[in-house]
This record gives sequence, structure tokens and C-alpha cells, in this order.
Amino acid sequence: MAPCHSGQDGRCDSQSIIKDHPITKTATKPKSTSEGLPKCTTGIQGLDEITGGGLPQGRPTLVCGGTGCGKTLLGIEFLVRGATLHNEPGVFLAFEETAEELAQNVRSLGFDLDDLIEKKMLSVDYIHIERNEIEETGEYDLEGLFIRLGYAIDSIGAKRVVLDTLETLFSGLSNVATLRAELRRLFRWLKDKGVTAIITAERGNGTFTRHGLEEYVSDCVLLLDHRVEGQISTRRLRIVKYRGSPHGTNEFPFLIDDGGISVFPITSLQLQHQVSSERISTGVPALDAMLGGQGVYRGSSVLLSGTAGVGKTSLACHAADACCRRGERCLYIAFEESEAQLFRNMRSIGMDLEPWMKKDLLRFHAARPTMNGLEMHLASIHKQVEAFQPHLVIVDPITNFISAGTGPETCSMMMRLVDYLKSRQITTLLTNLNHVSGTLEQTELDISSLIDTWLLLRDLELNGERNRGLYILKSRGMAHSNQIREFLLTDRGVQLTEVYLGPDGVLTGSARLAQEAKEKATAVQRSMEIGRKRGELARRQQALEAQIAVLQLQFQTDKEEMERDITCEQDYLEKLAQGRHEMALSRKADSNGTLVLPKKGRK
Amino acid sequence: MKKLPKTNGSAIQTDEPKQWQLRLYVAGQTEKSVTAFANLKRICEEYLPGEFEIEVIDLIENPRLAREDQIVAIPTLVRKLPQPIRKIIGDLSDTERTLVGLQLRSSMK
Repeated sequence: MAPCHSGQDGRCDSQSIIKDHPITKTATKPKSTSEGLPKCTTGIQGLDEITGGGLPQGRPTLVCGGTGCGKTLLGIEFLVRGATLHNEPGVFLAFEETAEELAQNVRSLGFDLDDLIEKKMLSVDYIHIERNEIEETGEYDLEGLFIRLGYAIDSIGAKRVVLDTLETLFSGLSNVATLRAELRRLFRWLKDKGVTAIITAERGNGTFTRHGLEEYVSDCVLLLDHRVEGQISTRRLRIVKYRGSPHGTNEFPFLIDDGGISVFPITSLQLQHQVSSERISTGVPALDAMLGGQGVYRGSSVLLSGTAGVGKTSLACHAADACCRRGERCLYIAFEESEAQLFRNMRSIGMDLEPWMKKDLLRFHAARPTMNGLEMHLASIHKQVEAFQPHLVIVDPITNFISAGTGPETCSMMMRLVDYLKSRQITTLLTNLNHVSGTLEQTELDISSLIDTWLLLRDLELNGERNRGLYILKSRGMAHSNQIREFLLTDRGVQLTEVYLGPDGVLTGSARLAQEAKEKATAVQRSMEIGRKRGELARRQQALEAQIAVLQLQFQTDKEEMERDITCEQDYLEKLAQGRHEMALSRKADSNGTLVLPKKGRK
Repeated sequence: MKKLPKTNGSAIQTDEPKQWQLRLYVAGQTEKSVTAFANLKRICEEYLPGEFEIEVIDLIENPRLAREDQIVAIPTLVRKLPQPIRKIIGDLSDTERTLVGLQLRSSMK
């Protein structure tokens, strides 16, 4: 086994030596959080996270992998980040490329090696060994290499060293026994120097390295891999071994883009986001009203799903517009349309997004989904988010990611994306294209569980026309409408109207208009009928009253007549009585009192 | 252990430049270095009498020079002149190979 057990003393010594160096005195050295093994922060995005703080400090780390998997770049970035972020100078010992070639190769990643060399933060030494230029005539050692490395380290006070690719020595020199002994000595020597070293090696057939370097470097071994699946390549990194430290054992996808390497830990993200109870508008007042009157929660994830042409993009643009109106930044990731096309299309519904872009409140990131692997997409989104710090991120549509990866991969990628944005309190709006054959209430990516608010846009086909309907499938943590609204794209943007719900079911579009007209006509008719009836009633009342008057008149007449008759009768009776009396008088009746009137003699 | 000459250790001191300019890189007074110098001197005196100049460079004193001539192994003999530059590593104990390396013999048989 490798002679690594005795590294302790050497490291202590060398650390005390390094402490005296002027550069390290001023340097703010990042300390790892894990106890025990001191770690050297690489500064490479994500790598420190999965290694629990970085590479083992003061020890060599072996980075192996096939051709073109990013070994050299990992080494370079380790040094560049060390120099720029942690003020730790580094030495790059190149066996394959000259310093000029190297500087040129990494310039596209934004690393200015020449500048670092000038500032004495970096030293690049190219070691050229060509077998046919060298004649071996007896015993030798690699002291020259040690001296060069030692000189380079001492001249800038380096704390980081990269040897890329040490195994080239095996093709340049034929005395394998000497080489092996010298490499063993080299690793010990590096430990004694107290530098954190990365040694890169080509992957061998069935072994980690072609010449068994893993035998000597036993502290930390990273394996890089570059695989192509379905014509799209993904780079992966795995920690094979990390002595004295817990570490992630999974394969972590990583990518190389214009900012260097980014490693993405899939499982390290935890569900511990901060949540906001602030509500933000979706840009469509009627939709806000459906969502408890206030819109969606800030930092929540919103999914708009629907079949083709239902207005997902238009609705998403409304949200973008509303976001910019609030003075917040919006990142629009478009996979189907270019920004110019989107602007033109949105103008047709009366929305002009261009001013927002000019004010730098709106940024577009338009890319073909198949241009990159998923990881690349994720990383580029990460980068954009980091650079722009948006309040709203729109991905339109996520379905296209399927064409860039396999199902589970895409799902995990989406999960990471949503998680990432949520952890940053960024509201996420995703659109999803459903295919007509599939169930509407299902996304092809199976990400529905990640979504807080899910709006479903659907076609309502009726009477030979096609209309759009919108409803809220779910919205976590708020009261929301259960109604289907008709979704109209007008020249004043998206409008939501209530659909006609009647005995014939849900009516939309012209059917709804027809129904409404019909109802209106009926209503008019009804009111006319009522008027007519009222008139009739009045007339009847009048007639009745007239009749009553006539009857009363008649009654009056009758009454008068009767009274007259009664009076007449009374007169007659009176007269009759009087007549009788007179008669009696005249007859001189001997009735009582009749003698009183003897003189009268009338009748 | 024999002492190595510091610089310009040509066996025959003359002012005019020699046809053969050889440079031997060593790192301190190691056994291999001393052996190499002794072997080199012997070979040169035998095959290039009066035509050579040997410069010994101790990389411990001048570590910077290791870079210029692309020195990895120690000891390394560099034939600066005649052109092209040739490199021979090892303690030069294999005379045949040394002669091939110096192109004093076309190939090894």
C-alpha cells in the first residue's frame, strides 16, 4: 500500500514554514466546517459542498478520468479560485500543454492566467518530455522535477499545486522502477511541503489510472466521467474515496461552461426554504380574484399547463409584465420562441414588453433545449439567476426538457431547479405543454408535487368552435375559486369571463354569446308582458270603479225613490187618519171627544 | 567523493569556443552526479579530445535554470553544440548509449 501513514509530521512542519510566508499572513484562510481533517476550499461551485468543505488540505488528491472529461480544467480552476478567492498562490505543472496553450484554452472561461502569473499568484511550468529526444544512459532520478516544482512553489509561496498529467512521465521515460520510486517520493515530498495538490491521471482499462497512481495517492480520489446518452453528453463527478471525511458517494453531474466547472449536488438540497406570505399579482386581475383575490405567494412555484395554443405563453407574459410593473426583475427562459418573436406576438394582444427589457427589468434567455444537456441548461439558468437576481423566473415550456434528457433525469433536474429557485425566494412560473392524448391533470414530467399553484388551461370544444377555459387545479395555502373561467385573448390582453353555466352545461365563446342574447331577448319579452298585464289590471280596475259608480248612482236613485214613497205613504196614513176623524165628527159619533167639534160640518 | 567543478569545467582550457559544448545538470554532490561527470569526462577525452567544453550546472544553486533546458531527470547531459540539442539522462555509465545520444555513433548495434 501507499506510504501515506506518515504524512502527519511532515504536514505540521511545512505548515509552520508556510505560516512565515508574507502572502499567507495576510490571506484569510477559509476553514472547513467539518471537524478533524483540515480542508482546502476549492472554490469550484458545488465541489466544496459534496466534499464537505473541499479537498484534504496539505495532501495530494487524485483526479482521474478519460480524455476530455475536464481534469485539466478542474486543476486550473482549483488554482485560479484559490488565487482569486482565497489569496492562495498556486503552481501548475503542465506535462501536456505549454503555458501559452493553457492560458489560451482557459481564456474562454474567463480565467486570465497571464494576469495571475504577473501578480505572482500563479506559476505555470511546462514540462516537456519526449522519449525520442532523450537517451537513457544509466541511473537517474527526478530531482530536476523536484527542484523545478520546489522552485516554483517557493518563488510565489504556493499553497496549491496541480500536476497535469503526471503519467506522461511513463511515456517519456522507460525506467518504470525508478519512476515509481520517484513518484512515491514526490507525493511524500508534496505532503512535506504542505501543499494541497491535485494530480490528474488518465483513466486506465479497468483501473482508475493507467499506471496505478491511486496506489500512491490514497487520501482523496475523484473520478470524472463524460457519458453520452441519446446524443447528449453529461459530465459526472464521483468521490471514489476521501479518507477521514464523510462525503457524498453519488455521481454528481457537473458541467463546464464559460464560468468554469459547476457541480450539482442532487440530494444535498433540503426542504427548508423560507416562506413568504406576501402575495403577488399574476398580471390578470380576474385570475388574482380567483386566487383568493390577491394572486400567488411570492417564492411559490406556479405551473401553467395546457394543450397547444391555449395561451400559456400569453399568460406567462402577463405575469412578466406585472412583475416588471412592480419594478422587479424577471428572467424569461424561452425554449420555443425568440425574444423578437415573443415581443411581436405580445404586441398583438396589446402588451409591449420591450421597454422592460430596455430598462433591464426583463431578461431573456432563449435557447434550444437540445442545444445542451440538462445539466448545462440547469447551470446556465443558475448562472443567469446569480447574475441577474430576478424576482420571477419563467420557464416556457418545461416540456422541452424531455427532449434533452430521459424522464427521471428531467424530473430530478426540474426538482433541483424549483428547489433552487424556492430557496432563493424567487417566484417560478413554469409552463407545460400537454398533449391531447394524455390526461390533462398530469404533467409528463411528473412534477406536479413540486408545484404550489397549478393553473390548467384547456380547450372547450362546442358547437364547432374551440374556446379556452382556465381553472385552478390546486393552489396551496389559499382559498381559491373552483370555477371555470373562459379565457379570452383580446387586444387588451388576457381577459377572464365567467362561462355560461346553464341547463345545457358549460357554454363558451359564441355559444355563450348566443345564449346570453337569447336570455336578453326573453327578458325584454317578459318585461313587456308584465307591462301589458299591468295596463290591463289598471283598465280593469277603472272599469270596475266605473261600474261601482253606476251602481252607487242607481242605488242613490232607488234610495231617493224609496224615501219618497215612504213619505208618501206616511202622508196618506196621516191623511187617512184625519179623514176618519172628520168623518166621525161629521157623523157626530158618540165616541169620546167627538162632541168637541160639532160646528165644523165639512164632509 | 570527488569535487565537481563549479562552472565551465572544460578539460582543456582554451579561449576559442569549442565545437562541442556540453552542459551537465546536477543537483548537489550526489553519487550519480559525480559518476556522471567522471564518465562524461572520460568519454569526451577519449572520443573528442580537445574539441569539447563541459559546463556543470548545479540546480540546487540555480533552480531557475532547470526550466530553461527542460530538465526533469538528474543527471542530464545536454549537447548544446553542435545543433540540434540532444539530451542524455542518467549517470552515463552506459558508454555505448552515451555515444549514441551524443550522435558519435549512428545507432546501437
